[in-house]
Amino acid sequence: MTRIGLRVLSAIPTLFGVVVITFLLTRVLPGDPAVFFASNPSMSASDIAAVRENLGLDRPLYDQFLIYLGNLAQGNLGRSIATGQPVAAEFARRLPASAELTLLAFLLAVVVAVPLGLVAALRPGSLVDHAVRLIATLGVSMPTFVSGLLLIHVFYFRAGVLPEPIGRLDPFLFEPARVTGFLTIDALISGEGQVFRAALLQLLLPAVTMALFALAPLARMTRAAMIAALGSDFIRTARAAGLSRGRIVLIYALRNAMLPVVTTMGMVFSYMLGANVLVERVFSWPGIGAFAIDSIVNLDYAPLQGFVLVMAAIFIAVNLVVDIVTVLIDPRAED
Amino acid sequence: MSAPDHPARHKGIFRALRRNPLDLLAFGLFALICLIAVLGPLLVPHDPLATDTAVALQPPSASHWFGTDQLGRDLFSRVVVATRLDLLIALGAVALSMVAGSVLGAIIGYWGGVLDTVVSRLVDVLMAFPLFVLAMALVAALGNSVANVVYATAIVNLPFYIRLARSELRPRRALGYVEAARAGGSGDWRILWRHLIPNIAAPLVIQASVNLGWAMLNAAGLSFLGLGVRPPTPEWGIMVAEGARFIGSGQWWIVTFPGLALMLAVLAFNLLGDALRDLLDPRLRR
Repeated sequence: MTRIGLRVLSAIPTLFGVVVITFLLTRVLPGDPAVFFASNPSMSASDIAAVRENLGLDRPLYDQFLIYLGNLAQGNLGRSIATGQPVAAEFARRLPASAELTLLAFLLAVVVAVPLGLVAALRPGSLVDHAVRLIATLGVSMPTFVSGLLLIHVFYFRAGVLPEPIGRLDPFLFEPARVTGFLTIDALISGEGQVFRAALLQLLLPAVTMALFALAPLARMTRAAMIAALGSDFIRTARAAGLSRGRIVLIYALRNAMLPVVTTMGMVFSYMLGANVLVERVFSWPGIGAFAIDSIVNLDYAPLQGFVLVMAAIFIAVNLVVDIVTVLIDPRAED
Repeated sequence: MSAPDHPARHKGIFRALRRNPLDLLAFGLFALICLIAVLGPLLVPHDPLATDTAVALQPPSASHWFGTDQLGRDLFSRVVVATRLDLLIALGAVALSMVAGSVLGAIIGYWGGVLDTVVSRLVDVLMAFPLFVLAMALVAALGNSVANVVYATAIVNLPFYIRLARSELRPRRALGYVEAARAGGSGDWRILWRHLIPNIAAPLVIQASVNLGWAMLNAAGLSFLGLGVRPPTPEWGIMVAEGARFIGSGQWWIVTFPGLALMLAVLAFNLLGDALRDLLDPRLRR
């Protein structure tokens, strides 16, 4: 337990470093934020000076950082110039869209990749093994934005089996009462079968697109870890003791192989947070990535700054969870 | 690496190459891409920037092998000419981060101390960002240009090289040949440059070759989002972005051909990385 506690504590300086870098990034951004805020042509030089003072931009960098920290502590991520709304509120509204997509994609990737890697590891050099390696290599080479667009062409334009990629829900349907923010789950809670179906169909293609990319490293690592585990002494002992093959593979070998696989899952999740931006763009998904991209285009920096900070915080949290899970499933890692 | 007076080692490499046809394919594809990048503009039948609205949005045909885009530009010419820019961005970014990262990692690995602590903590913080997101923010901060896409891609990859160089160098500090060089009167810098850095080069080169495909995807992803390369410059990422508007109405070729080119190039780099790892890592070569 002390190990877990220390690990949690060690995330704090990293988080602080992330805040510093995010702060510095926006200070080197081109342009004076006050001029952006005061974009109204009727504003005089003294008005702009007033805005600067209001934003704390006339003070030394050190003071500005303290102001920034103070705002962060109150959950204030600044205000978007484009929408005029607080960035934090916009994120709260959009985060469930991104989370629903990313989590479903992650689930899909794990459910497909782990069995694939397992089957490949059981018969190294076989046709299945080569097929898995081919899929894995193609998977990491395929840009997500290209595979997403091609999937849209095939399943929406050609086959017509999936809806137009215009966001989370058909515009003619009403969103279910908000409980979790996940449309599929909220639809189930309020018992609206049609809405659930529609939301799931919208989710399917972007989730598959992201999962395709995440598949490769997971399948590769499962294969390598399973081969290592199957070749180890304790498996030989288990075989000699006459345990059944299914029991050896699924219980003893897989449990030991899970350790590197869980570590890879953390890495894959980082990829997915990045790929999220591209996939949201391709599918007009109203998540936080799409918001960040729109804000770059509009030279609206508060949302971008908030986005980078939120993504890094999520990533730090994911790594923390991975490390804790590692300690929990591997008693050797606990002192 | 190997000097030409080591025939045995070369034979080993050739034998390994012949045994694995996939490696041969990787080297072949890489050579082909380099050739296209160098010759690019000489190979194409049309001017990649010339618009002709009379033939806009035409599917692939004998006169336009990959079809035409919304402005009637020949996609085959654009895809071929774009090779040079895409390759240069990826190579430039990887070369920058490899050189800067190796030197920095070697220095902090050799001397340790406060500098080591500071740089290592900074590396930890950089690695706490999702790579693509950090690259995006850097391009927005540094300014929207191709050079800044190269710098951003290099910076987000820097931590991997710093860590690798540092961890490869540390155990070598006290080895016999370093002691011998020091006894022979070599200074710290000379030992670092002449003896230690050449010895840790192989893993760094492997890391760089594995990294190339990712760098290319990263840069193309940025230009897909409208960062870096600007229209009408032919570049695969931006061409896919231009074609995205037409994918829902059936003009598949605008996205597909630049997308395939990008995928093939990344595939070649990934296979090349695997092949180089097998060839250069003597522990794996049997």
